[in-house]
Amino acid sequence: MPADLGAFLQGVFDQVHLWASQSPFWSALFTLGWGIVKVVLVLGFIIVNVLVLVWLERKFSGRVQSRLGPMRVGRPHGWAQTIADMIKLLGKEDIVPRAADKALFVIAPVVIFTATMLVYVVVPMGPRAIVSDLNIGVLYLAAAASFTVISVLMAGWGSSSKWSLLGALRGAAMLVSYEVPMVLAVMGVVLLSGTLSTNAIVKSQSGLWYILVQPIGFLVFLAALFAELNRVPFDLAEAESELVSGFNIEYSGLRFAFFFLAEYANLLALSAIAVTLYFGGWQGPFLPPFVWFMLKTYGFIILVMWIRWTLPRVRVDQLLEFGWKVLLPAALVNLAVTGVYVLLT
Amino acid sequence: MTITPEFRPAPGDLEEHEFLVNMGPQHPSTHGVLRVILRVDGERLVDAIPDIGFLHRCFEKVAEGWTYQQVVPLTDRLDYVSAMTNELAYVMAVEKLAGIEVPERAQWLRVLVAELQRIASHLVWFGTFALDLGATTPFLYAIREREHILDLFEALCGARLTYSYMRIGGVRGDLPPGFVGKTREFLKLMPSRLREYENLFMKNRIFENRTKGIGRVTAEEAVAYGASGPTLRGSGVDWDLRRDEPYAAYDRFEFGVPVGQSGDVYDRAVCRFKEMYESLKIIEQVLDGLPEGDVRAKVPRVLKPPAGDVYTRVESPRGEVGVYLVSDGGPKPYRVKWRAPSFAHLRLLPVMAKGHMVADIVAIIGSIDIILGEVDR
Repeated sequence: MPADLGAFLQGVFDQVHLWASQSPFWSALFTLGWGIVKVVLVLGFIIVNVLVLVWLERKFSGRVQSRLGPMRVGRPHGWAQTIADMIKLLGKEDIVPRAADKALFVIAPVVIFTATMLVYVVVPMGPRAIVSDLNIGVLYLAAAASFTVISVLMAGWGSSSKWSLLGALRGAAMLVSYEVPMVLAVMGVVLLSGTLSTNAIVKSQSGLWYILVQPIGFLVFLAALFAELNRVPFDLAEAESELVSGFNIEYSGLRFAFFFLAEYANLLALSAIAVTLYFGGWQGPFLPPFVWFMLKTYGFIILVMWIRWTLPRVRVDQLLEFGWKVLLPAALVNLAVTGVYVLLT
Repeated sequence: MTITPEFRPAPGDLEEHEFLVNMGPQHPSTHGVLRVILRVDGERLVDAIPDIGFLHRCFEKVAEGWTYQQVVPLTDRLDYVSAMTNELAYVMAVEKLAGIEVPERAQWLRVLVAELQRIASHLVWFGTFALDLGATTPFLYAIREREHILDLFEALCGARLTYSYMRIGGVRGDLPPGFVGKTREFLKLMPSRLREYENLFMKNRIFENRTKGIGRVTAEEAVAYGASGPTLRGSGVDWDLRRDEPYAAYDRFEFGVPVGQSGDVYDRAVCRFKEMYESLKIIEQVLDGLPEGDVRAKVPRVLKPPAGDVYTRVESPRGEVGVYLVSDGGPKPYRVKWRAPSFAHLRLLPVMAKGHMVADIVAIIGSIDIILGEVDR
């Protein structure tokens, strides 16, 4: 039945598209309208998932720490807690510190959320369920994912607080040390699949997931992912017990909600990317592709949460050392070996 | 460098690439209301100046206006994480001053609760220390185990934090029914839990990297600054009042004293952690050989110790708690001077912090396990 529905929708879409393409005005309007529909779809997907993810993180951490987590708001198991929290955040007073650089301070939350949304453009959730299958998808990903750090810097500098400045500088220092190994690790996958398009990478994994042939590359990617996501053991930019939440310390209410939303949207996006690159994306037997995609992504997210609630935090200089002395050589060796393999076969 | 209350460094005090960061008194990792003024060069600490006094409650002055018995609950509020050992130090001073003989059973019970308290206090330290290093989960594990001890104390005296269990001449009452059994259950449970913490946290590579070589204090420095307890032993000085100057019934028991070597955060942490195993050993011996008899000597209601002064000290979980008590022969103490270990350790903070990173000062404060109630009094 879903397949029939899909075919029907496809038919309707094609008819409308054909009809609209007859005049330039309607064609432009159609492109615009279809773009808006996509944005709304992606936004809805992000917000629904973030609400679930925040709840999941709290329940999961509760499980790890032998406590219950939210139980009161919404039964069973406090499912409505996140919604209540969001409503509370929306009702908070909007405070801009007097000394803050107002323009930077106001724009930073928007930038971080936009940067996160950019990543979703190339996430393939099914054979055709992709916003835009760019032929430079992976390159675009690397660029879009590192965009969040600009917002961290803006927020940290714009707040005019020494603590948030420290957080922002840490974020910037981290970026240079994890971004390079991360991109190099992903290049291994690109070499094997011979394409930069994310959907084509998924399709090329129909036989064998790349985690099995690129284990070192995956570990490097995973380590860099934690730095990118700002999570323990690499949550240096917001280090609760050192910097009292770091770059976003001066934010409250709606603006803080944006940071919060972006954090979990980013978690989902990068987990989806990890699944796309190393776990065969939406491919899988019996179940529909989208279900496989969500299952794998949530499985990966659980792994990320598990690590977060287990480990202590490294120090900033240790992370830099780890990035340059361990991750980078490992990624280079991985790339070289993969290159030789591709050359020989 | 002098810093004015408005937090403005005098001109010329700071280098061009340095700045001051105000840490606390509202900060999750200062363990209470400690304020530390950090002089940093980037993330590197040039200096760290502790600023204390936010929790000052005039304990020593208030004690002069109250009778000897009334002061006991006050001592609870000094080191509120380890109230039992505070009370013990104070009542021992009064007993010494008034020449009161404490029954043997009471002495044993004092050791029992003091050691349970030591484990409870070290568990709080362990949890918050892990929290300082960014690991959230050990805190909840430690609090879960501490709950057993607090339940025992609640059965013993009705209170969970500020007990007033020690009385002049003994303890408040005998063990309630079922106490010994529940304590034995706890003894059985605890070693496996401690090993779990070791595997999950104390032997973690990240933990070792964060703590080894950080906040180093030499044995000479530690002695010169008046350090005691695990902070002193972490630097390699083998000194424990329970063994070297036994009070209560400590000379009846066998236990080890863990000693570190390098005096860094790691050694202090390991010393504290191993002490929990030793405390378990002592508790077991107490339960095995608890003598029968009274738990409280007959003490006159209006206690008037002869004029004079005494100094007593006990080994609290944090170090040497000393009480200097002066009597003028009246019903109220003439002077109570409290020697708090945390105060001495806090003075070591600038020594430990110099040259490390902002993230390290959090680890260092965690490793000396200060309680601000005791520092400010």
